[in-house]
Amino acid sequence: MNLTFFFAAIAFYLIATAGYCIFFVQPERKSIASISLWATFLGFVLHFIYFILRWSESGRIPVTNFFEAINGLGMGIVLVFLIMELRYRIPALGTFMLPLVLLLMAPAAITSRQIAGLNPILKSAWLGIHTSLALLGDAAFAFAFIVSLMYLIQEHQLKHKRLGAIFHRLPPLDVMDTISYRALSIGWPLFTLGMITGSIWAESAWGTYWSWQPKETASLLVWVLYLAVLHLRTIGWRGRKMAYLSIAGFLFVLISFFVVSRIGVGKHTF
Amino acid sequence: MGIVVVGLSHKSAPIEVREKLYFPEETIPAALGKLMSYEGIRESLIISTCNRVEIYAYVQDSAKGVDRIKQFISDYHGIAREALEGALYVYPDAQGVRHTFRVASSLDSLVLGEAQILGQLKDAYDIALKAKTTSTILNKLIKKSISVAKRVRTETRLAEGAVSISSAAVELAKKIFGDLTGKTVMLLGAGEMAELAAQHLLSNGVKNIMVANRTFERAEELAKEFKGDAIRFEHFPDALVMVDILICATGAPNYVVKRDMVAKVIKDRRHKPIFMIDISNPRNIEPEVDKVDNVYLYDIDDLQSKVDVNTGGRAKEAERAEELVTQEVETYLQWERGLDAVPTIVDLREKVEDIRKRELDKTIGSLNGMTDDQKRAVDIMSQAIVNKLLHAPLVVLKQAAASTDSGDATLAIARKLFNLDKELKRPVHDRAAEQPVEKVPGPVKERKDVC
Repeated sequence: MNLTFFFAAIAFYLIATAGYCIFFVQPERKSIASISLWATFLGFVLHFIYFILRWSESGRIPVTNFFEAINGLGMGIVLVFLIMELRYRIPALGTFMLPLVLLLMAPAAITSRQIAGLNPILKSAWLGIHTSLALLGDAAFAFAFIVSLMYLIQEHQLKHKRLGAIFHRLPPLDVMDTISYRALSIGWPLFTLGMITGSIWAESAWGTYWSWQPKETASLLVWVLYLAVLHLRTIGWRGRKMAYLSIAGFLFVLISFFVVSRIGVGKHTF
Repeated sequence: MGIVVVGLSHKSAPIEVREKLYFPEETIPAALGKLMSYEGIRESLIISTCNRVEIYAYVQDSAKGVDRIKQFISDYHGIAREALEGALYVYPDAQGVRHTFRVASSLDSLVLGEAQILGQLKDAYDIALKAKTTSTILNKLIKKSISVAKRVRTETRLAEGAVSISSAAVELAKKIFGDLTGKTVMLLGAGEMAELAAQHLLSNGVKNIMVANRTFERAEELAKEFKGDAIRFEHFPDALVMVDILICATGAPNYVVKRDMVAKVIKDRRHKPIFMIDISNPRNIEPEVDKVDNVYLYDIDDLQSKVDVNTGGRAKEAERAEELVTQEVETYLQWERGLDAVPTIVDLREKVEDIRKRELDKTIGSLNGMTDDQKRAVDIMSQAIVNKLLHAPLVVLKQAAASTDSGDATLAIARKLFNLDKELKRPVHDRAAEQPVEKVPGPVKERKDVC
């Protein structure tokens, strides 16, 4: 029953993706963009209902295994996208953002959705706080990553004077530069808080704040990287270089998420 | 006798040379007066803008006329003839007509299809008209060229292209900056296209405008017009730090904006992007500048090719415009050749009228007791005979003169048949005096170009 909501959410995301792609090809059909936005929103609502149902079923926030983690990340990205889209009204973002969401949901749809038992020491309010903060931070990084990709495409068009269809569809450079920076400056504090709460939780569970586990180390690397990005921004780095850095940062996030968590040893192993 | 055009433009000479030959508007009537004092110059007109200085004249002999016009330019500006030769182009006769039409239709402009040149041509014509240095030929030529320009504007999409070039610049600016409100534009040098682009940007929310020009007074003039700030030319590199959009059209023969300069500016701007538009010919911004991060350099060709994508080929439109011009040149030449028949026709009419009057007087003198009514009837009859007899030859003469091949021969035969040359009582007819001077219907006054 719960899964119906999960697949319904995916179905709506699929509709939204298709809609945003059609809109990208035919930008004069504005109604398609708003239909896609509604589809995304409904998808998110269904996704959230599924999340809550799973939460009540398992008795804890569902972010403890690989399926739940990417499910949560996907949901987080949709949330960030919805907020940004309502704020900036750039439907072209959807054309790039929704496929990423689908890409994340695809492995979620085929991996084990079994609700595993949880070590009782980990049962704490910190679990929810730490994981949701970290996931929202990652979602913001993902958003910045997509916008940076779009920035690079657009900047390439402008530099090489390819002023065709893609050029007309993509948003202005400065706008993308700005919203990517916004996303980073929201994402990094969330990620920081996620790390701090995680550390507090670790102390309450194992009596140590930091134990250099692979996931911790990888996260620290991600954290330092984005800190550097934000610092470089304040001293004037912009545009293409920032976009490259943001993309590099998200690749680290992905490695940390998909590789370190899976092969690694320790508490973050799914 | 024929039309000649002698002059130089952005295509033939750099700005330094063009500046030397520039005629400020208020000096043109006097200059025209002086030009008319040269032998064999029957009609003349001077057009002087930042992109071109040209003298249009109707002269007794094309080769001599060209020589005298060159001499005039040399005398007037105090430049040696040898120094002029390389810079000036010469279009005699049919080529001159063609050139005039092309200039009016903006086919010879830096930006094909821009409308300002037609206004400038009309202004130049008004000045010449007031100075009474134009007559039948130039009046016809200019009026015809205005109508050709209008045909080109309505029947091709060339003009649309010029407008779309500056809107292309605006669109690009928007794709770089998003919102243009609060952005700063600098005009480096000035020209019709630079101003057009600046106006477009201003109407799209750009607030601050700076103008830098070699002649500071002109910068001030232009800055006043745009409610901006004038900057001394040598200070422009320092001001670049504040500039988001640079429109460059200094007309200098070398690069004015260089890579090192821009690299430093971008650093000082903390890497905020700059959009540079180079509408000068030759280029004033070093192409290498485009390699600097966050700098987007576009020249007129880039913008033009963007417009091409939108309008489906400006080259094609230009080609169609050229075809129109070719047709119109032919029509004009026909008219001009038709004028060749005029002296013969007049001579013929005079001669016949002479004979008629003489014979009529003789007849009436020998017949006594005719009433006035009867005399009038005979007079009318003689007139009718003459007119009917002359009708066919006159039509043939007019047609023959207008056609290219048989014209002169037919005229010669007519003169011989009617024995016109031996009894010529009057000097060669001056066709310039035949038609009244007309004023061209007043165009909407276009804004004057400030270079």
